[in-house]
Amino acid sequence: MAESLFLSTKPLPFCPGCSHHLVVRHTAKALEQLGLKPLEVVLVTDIGCHGIVDPYFRTHTVHGLHGRSSALGAGIAAARKGGKVVVYLGDGGASIGLQHLIECARMNFPLTVLVLNNMLYGMTGGQPSSLTPCGFRTPLRPEGKLEPHYDLCRIVHSAGAEYVSRVNGTGDFSAALVEAFGIPGFSLVEVVETCTSYGLKFNPGQKTGEIAHNAGLEFGVWRNPGKSVFRLSLNTNRGSLFKESSIAVQWTAKLQNRLGILVGGSAGGRVQQAAEMLARASIASGLYATKKGTYPVTVGTGYSIAELILARQPIRYSGIEVPEVAVIVSPDGLSYSEGLLGEMKGGLLLIDEALNSPSTGAKVVTQPFVKTAGTKNAALLALLYLLKITETVPVAALLNEIKMASREGPEVASRLEKQLGQLEGKSDSNEVAKERD
Amino acid sequence: MVLIDGSRLIIESLARAGADVFVGYPITPANLLYRYAIMRFPAALSAPDEITTMQWLCGFSATGLLPVTATSFPGFALMLESINMAYMMELPVVVVLAQRLGPATGSATAGADGDLLLLRGTISGGHPLPVLAVNRLEDCWTIPPLALETAAMLRTPVVILTSKEMVMTQFSFELEKLPEVKPVNRRGCSCDDHYESYAPGDDLVPDFLPVGNSRHQVRLNASTHNRQGIIQHLSAEGLENTARLEKKITLNLSRYTRYHLDEENGADTLIVAWGNAALAAEEALERLRLGGEKVSLLLPNTLLPVPAEYPAIMSRYRRVFVVEENLSGHLRTVLFGTQGRNGVVGVNSLGKMITPEEIVAKVMGKNG
Repeated sequence: MAESLFLSTKPLPFCPGCSHHLVVRHTAKALEQLGLKPLEVVLVTDIGCHGIVDPYFRTHTVHGLHGRSSALGAGIAAARKGGKVVVYLGDGGASIGLQHLIECARMNFPLTVLVLNNMLYGMTGGQPSSLTPCGFRTPLRPEGKLEPHYDLCRIVHSAGAEYVSRVNGTGDFSAALVEAFGIPGFSLVEVVETCTSYGLKFNPGQKTGEIAHNAGLEFGVWRNPGKSVFRLSLNTNRGSLFKESSIAVQWTAKLQNRLGILVGGSAGGRVQQAAEMLARASIASGLYATKKGTYPVTVGTGYSIAELILARQPIRYSGIEVPEVAVIVSPDGLSYSEGLLGEMKGGLLLIDEALNSPSTGAKVVTQPFVKTAGTKNAALLALLYLLKITETVPVAALLNEIKMASREGPEVASRLEKQLGQLEGKSDSNEVAKERD
Repeated sequence: MVLIDGSRLIIESLARAGADVFVGYPITPANLLYRYAIMRFPAALSAPDEITTMQWLCGFSATGLLPVTATSFPGFALMLESINMAYMMELPVVVVLAQRLGPATGSATAGADGDLLLLRGTISGGHPLPVLAVNRLEDCWTIPPLALETAAMLRTPVVILTSKEMVMTQFSFELEKLPEVKPVNRRGCSCDDHYESYAPGDDLVPDFLPVGNSRHQVRLNASTHNRQGIIQHLSAEGLENTARLEKKITLNLSRYTRYHLDEENGADTLIVAWGNAALAAEEALERLRLGGEKVSLLLPNTLLPVPAEYPAIMSRYRRVFVVEENLSGHLRTVLFGTQGRNGVVGVNSLGKMITPEEIVAKVMGKNG
């Protein structure tokens, strides 16, 4: 064998007669034929007999985890400006990392994967892989593999790979490799081999081509139209996440100490947004604020609980041990909060008039929040009402936040202001705020 | 003043520090980190799963980029082998681990600090993985750049440990007080005529050249390997290289040791808290001192490996209360072992934030 630019002169480490020799020689031949230089090429291997070949290559080499070399190679290839990334993968590795191959095809990463399909896990003793043909005999299944196999090439082709080919590993398939390596995006070549240690021994007299044919694995090429190749593009001029977030102090809050507010409603009731607006209104009134949400994993159903702390001093601990104020606007909110409401020894509970008041030591005020503002704005109306009767934070500050929140904000704020006027109630002389003073 | 969550600070500080690329996938409570990273990072992409995420990150890292992801326990568990790969290949990667209540999928929207012991055992063989916790909102600004620089300079994965409460709760915050974040230093290579992928420098860290460079061959290897990056079985050189991986993390520990210590003269009681419990501990400290108690507070950011400063600090106190939002006392176990020490008391919880009052009660000898 003539000396290769890409390979050391040492004999390759594979078993005598193993087609891996041909894969390696043809890889080197194809790369040379394309005019590539060794340091323009990155070879990514993983676990399996093919994975011991790294030291024989004069390219960059990366030896990774079983079945993951295509994903690792994808990252390398996407970040490079040019050159060539070649990935070696066994049939076991292809079974383990099938998803990565599908992603390579979908994303069209610029690399070529060679699947060295010797129809079993050779290094670990000859276990069948998902590519092992049904009926093929292995040491673990001397009676023949019982389960069906799949056609990797057709899967990867249907996932959008530009070029997919299956070749017989006993012949000269370097032309297929030249073609695959020349594809700008993702290409895959499945080289069908018979493991000389386990495959030949347990399936005597069977030729590789016949085994493939009998399994419905035809040799051939499958193509998709060329598409955009995924390369990582860095934009270092992205804007800061801090823009638009500064809140100017425009109002003066009467709250002198610290107030813990629990808002209980349902998903879809804009509880979290309402609480965030009150937090922002409080900051705009010279206070510190925290807001946290609690809700189930479902997005459109179930309870939605917000906890707010408003304080004259900086806040550290953001939890509420027992709230000074609870605002409940839905059965979900009530059900979730009932235990906590029972622990309230004082303070204020604002609750929608349609709900049964729970046992609590808080002063209970009922109002028709839902009937007046609808389910979507009941929480906001209740918080406006809270500000109206406690004067902890100016109502105008929250109305301003509502106005600013969206394009419809001014209209929503105007409507809520009118609805607030319809609710009975008057200032409670900052009674709630005093409780913590 | 702004209303802000920790996620925004973490991502903004990482971007300013020079993180290049974020790979994300949906997992609560790390979703805000993902969302902000898509908006802010020089490059960000969506992966289909956790293993792909970490493999892509390692591929990017191998070419010289500084990559980041964010996850929670279920995702981190699936990344474990790939994080070991990054550790073995010596690839810089930053993982923001936003803890939530487990085991398994647990309660995705409930906070917890229950992954520290997992992190202590993440690397097979017990090799230390640098783990930096964000305890206060300010930490979300200062710790991520430190994590990124540690990853880059020591060529290692680094975990930023946080939790649902920090990355999702919104706090009023004064951005003006934040210090400037400068781009982190990156490991390079001044080699001209010779390069070995794993030849260590004085700090036991190998110089870095990206795969694909035109100067020297680079060999990266997840299996036991020698200085050239060539696979070994049990050669002396291979084992020496594996041992070096542990030594480089501990030798350089002072470079990434950070903690907040508020000591009071004459105090014989120390509160140690991290994660969700840290802010409650600060508030408890204030209440205790207002009540005339002499108490000190340690909020460790560098959780793993344990800096030598911590045992020295703790040895000065007769009573040490370790406050953390898990049942078994992860940090307490890390600091004192399973046997503990006289005077060491755990303050723990499951599925709920520890309140300042609970800490005060424990320190004052109430509630047992």
